[in-house]
Amino acid sequence: MHVLPYLVAAYIFLAGCYGLATSRNLIHAVGCLAVCQSATYVLLLAVGYRDGATAPVFSDLKPGSRPVVDPVVQALTLTDIVVGATVTAMLLALVLQIAKRHGTVDPDELRELRG
Amino acid sequence: MSRRLRLWLLAVGGAGVTALLVAAGLDLPSFGGPSHPYGDRAVRASLARHTANTIASVNFDQRAYDTLGEMGILFAAVLGCVVLLRQARDEHRAEPEPAEVARPVRRYALIVLPVALVTGIYVVAHGQLSPGGGFQGGVVAATALHLLYLGADYRALERVRPIGLFEASDALAVCAYLVLGLTGVLAGTAFLANTLLPYGTFNTLASGGIVPLLNAAVGVEVASAVVVLLAGFLDQAVEIEEQQGS
Amino acid sequence: MADAVIVVALLLVAGSATAAVAVRDPARQALVLSVLGVALAVLFTVLQAPDVGLSQLAVGSALTPLLIMLAVRKVRRCGRTGDETR
Repeated sequence: MHVLPYLVAAYIFLAGCYGLATSRNLIHAVGCLAVCQSATYVLLLAVGYRDGATAPVFSDLKPGSRPVVDPVVQALTLTDIVVGATVTAMLLALVLQIAKRHGTVDPDELRELRG
Repeated sequence: MSRRLRLWLLAVGGAGVTALLVAAGLDLPSFGGPSHPYGDRAVRASLARHTANTIASVNFDQRAYDTLGEMGILFAAVLGCVVLLRQARDEHRAEPEPAEVARPVRRYALIVLPVALVTGIYVVAHGQLSPGGGFQGGVVAATALHLLYLGADYRALERVRPIGLFEASDALAVCAYLVLGLTGVLAGTAFLANTLLPYGTFNTLASGGIVPLLNAAVGVEVASAVVVLLAGFLDQAVEIEEQQGS
Repeated sequence: MADAVIVVALLLVAGSATAAVAVRDPARQALVLSVLGVALAVLFTVLQAPDVGLSQLAVGSALTPLLIMLAVRKVRRCGRTGDETR
């Protein structure tokens, strides 16, 4: 239990990498990249967790009454999720252009650069 | 490089990365440990500036410069999408056929749309008090707008979604964030310093100094960015097609 | 008790991530990514991060799968018109 979240994060990252490397469809590869990104979110939040603590929001909690988890890693992950989605969108736009110009989204058929 | 060779390379590289990650994971402080020095200091600083949501304080006050960088990435990604998904010379825009929508779906979408929109704006406005903020509320408001696509059809969505307006508001929101940061420089302190406005009463809407304003700028930016992104993809999927016989 | 919930949430996330990688058809993968998004939101809430859970729910369960399905539709249309004019 002391290291399970870190190992799960590593497993998710490696699964995403495997899917990315063995993919036969570029859109599927972009989805695997999203899986890799979610592994980093799990790792960050696992680092910031504290046993018996609550969320670092004091709108309904008297400050100092309970310990709180680390807010810095949550702030990092929060912006990362939204920005990661827009980068995924740009990658999908690139895949659309590839499909239009080359007629295929299979990475094995796209290996040679054609003039 | 043959497929077998690639798979072997993947296996070797993967084994190396696995070994490194497991070794690092076993060396990290144990999960749920009590020692978070940076977190304790961040919470203390946030309470000193009367911001109830510590995460909003970290994002828009203590590390506001990083959030400016994230907004820059978002803006650049949207810019890239707009350029990549524009209508090319050998394509034309086909009129989308009006689709038949079931009446319960139409009623549900048109009732939920204003509720969802207001919820998104509420989440943005209360970002410095309860969980929420510009990033989450912006996404909620932008996707709420697209309930119109589900409840009516694509032409109705196009009428309430003038793309030029949303692109302009995206750029203006980034500029607003920069200008708010520069007011700190003009007032004699640092860029994006939270000394311009009074900290206010803890746990009210007008608390935290500059945090609500930066929150609003990010909310407008994220909402406009998501609308522009979805517009590009919907146009490609629904309207734009290749010239036949080219 | 809280530990058991965290372990269950972690295993759910690991399972959905494996499924998301194993499913090869992009249209089906979009749905599995939606499930992964919900599982991640549950995990983030259990780890006392409601802000992050809200963000993940809005983005990962709705936005990313929608973008993937629109891309799949466009690629299929491209392929179809290409076959007709050939």
